Amino acid sequence: MKPWLWAATLLVYAFLYVPLAIVALFSFNDSLLNAQWVGFTLDWYRKLFADEAMLTAAANSLFIALLSSSIATVLGAMAGIAMHRWRTRWLPLLVITPVAMPEILLGVSLLLFFRQVLDLTLGFFSILIAHITFSIGFVAIVVRARLAGMDESLFEAARDLGATPWQTFRHITLPLILPALTAGFLMSFTLSIDDFVITFFVAGVGVTTLPLQIYSMIKVAVSPEVNAVSTLLMALTATLIFFATRLAPELLKGQR
Amino acid sequence: MALLELRNITRRFGALEAVKDVSLAIEAGEFFTLLGPSGCGKTTILRMIAGFDAPDAGDILLDGASLSGVPPEKRPLHTVFQSYALFPHMTVAGNLAFPLEMAGVGRAEIARRVGEMLALVHLEDKADRYPHELSGGQKQRVALARGLINRPRLLLLDEPLGALDAKLRLEMQGDLIRLQREVGITFVFVTHAQQEALALSHRIAVMRAGRIEQCATPDVLYTQPANRFVADFIGRINLIEAEVIALTPEGARLRSATLGELLVAPPPACALGDRGAFALRPERVCIAAPGESVELDQRYAGRIRSALYVGETTLYQIALESGQIIEALEANTSPGRARRYEAGDPVIIGWAKEAGVFLHDES
Ligand SMILES: Nc1ncnc2c1ncn2[C@@H]1O[C@H](COP(=O)(O)OP(=O)(O)OP(=O)(O)O)[C@@H](O)[C@H]1O
Ligand SMILES: [Mg+2]
Repeated sequence: MKPWLWAATLLVYAFLYVPLAIVALFSFNDSLLNAQWVGFTLDWYRKLFADEAMLTAAANSLFIALLSSSIATVLGAMAGIAMHRWRTRWLPLLVITPVAMPEILLGVSLLLFFRQVLDLTLGFFSILIAHITFSIGFVAIVVRARLAGMDESLFEAARDLGATPWQTFRHITLPLILPALTAGFLMSFTLSIDDFVITFFVAGVGVTTLPLQIYSMIKVAVSPEVNAVSTLLMALTATLIFFATRLAPELLKGQR
Repeated sequence: MALLELRNITRRFGALEAVKDVSLAIEAGEFFTLLGPSGCGKTTILRMIAGFDAPDAGDILLDGASLSGVPPEKRPLHTVFQSYALFPHMTVAGNLAFPLEMAGVGRAEIARRVGEMLALVHLEDKADRYPHELSGGQKQRVALARGLINRPRLLLLDEPLGALDAKLRLEMQGDLIRLQREVGITFVFVTHAQQEALALSHRIAVMRAGRIEQCATPDVLYTQPANRFVADFIGRINLIEAEVIALTPEGARLRSATLGELLVAPPPACALGDRGAFALRPERVCIAAPGESVELDQRYAGRIRSALYVGETTLYQIALESGQIIEALEANTSPGRARRYEAGDPVIIGWAKEAGVFLHDES
């Protein structure tokens, strides 16, 4: 590669990662101001773990992320299998549209739907449904990609060798799409835990998630506590992405 | 009673009739082959027998009982797929155990039979390998073993040797014959390779465009093809337009534009004035140098047009004075006879009246 290409690449990555690194760095800075390095401290983390509102928000976020990605994985797998099996034109459109839709649109429409059509009290349940809605598409896409790379006669062979449709699913289909399910689950989880826009619309007043809590803190003042929570969130997301990409190459190969 | 019977099976895909009114009876213990060019409906028939597809008309019977409405897992027959369809997440032993597990066979019995089957296909040392760690020939043998392990009444094989190279293919043909005779299970084998069909089968059904053209033993197909299509599809053959001009007890007299009058004996089933083809296998044609004396019913002078050396034989193309091209196959057996004639040599060719057959066109 040419030197200037190297430089450009470096610049892009710097642009992407330097802000993240600074946030992480200043979460250990012994100063209220995000301007100058003073000294190492774990005070902000200590303060964070004493912050009642923050902890509740974190617990909410984790719980919603776990539940919504679990449900989205099951529903998304079903959608992915259906898309693969019936190859209709409208089903993929229907499943994938929420993925491509601008978040703000999804947020507004869900809000209107919950409030005016269902007359639902906004809160935990509405956030859960919203998160499931935008996650299903991702799971469905990876599951379908996995199935598309697979020899169709595997499933016929199972039936032929004496397996009922359910046994075929249990012994053949499920193990074969397991990497896709895991990757889909991790993807949904990361999407859910850091979603701000949609959650902002459908959260109502009672329930706060981590991103909402961070936002409300920043509105007052940029405290290093925000750096600390952001760093933790970053670490969690990075871990999940690491596992998801460990599974992704297998997705492409079509074999375990 | 036949083990498997197809009665007037028809299968349509939209306007296309993929299988047209096919009837077949396959006996227990038989190695039966469906042979035909690509797209003639072989796989479609196999899929209907296996239960992945259902005929639009007609019935399939196993041991005299109709299979209609019986799902694939309830049919006591297994399929070996062209792609092998080995389960990638299971070891060789796991693949072999699968049909037994589905049938509810006990653990000890499964272990015993898997071991037995691995020995039969010489893969004892590969039990714990995954399919992607095997060679093409080994995968093929695992697929066969998996199809046989639960002792089906019938094993369906859809071009199982199609993905192998020529040498391995020949080797696997030997293995297939040995296995089939050893386990005594009825095989229904699909191929578009005529040589393979001739080598393996007890009986062959030759198909064209959804229909069965002829169903017979390999030697009957070869020596007494029912029509031009079968004659042309099985092996090499000279086909020359001809018309029946006389019928006598000892033979039929034909007239051809390029060969003049010909005698065919014994008389074929045809009527005076029938048009069709005189069919002559290349190995039945004799070639002699112009001076040599030959005692043959038909004799023509011609010139060698080309000579194709194939090792044990040489295939000559001879242009007769009338312009007709005749193919002749000569064995290169005696020393010094590897290539008797070169292109351009004048020769006399001929054949006995029993050498060819007359195939009349369907009206
Ligand atoms: N599901 C289907 N839908 C529409 N047409 C089909 C379907 N399955 C098969 N056909 C058509 O039916 C005909 C017979 O197909 P089939 O697969 O039985 O051929 P084949 O003899 O097995 O050929 P090959 O040797 O290439 O495997 C073909 O013209 C094929 O295009
Ligand atoms: Mg086929």
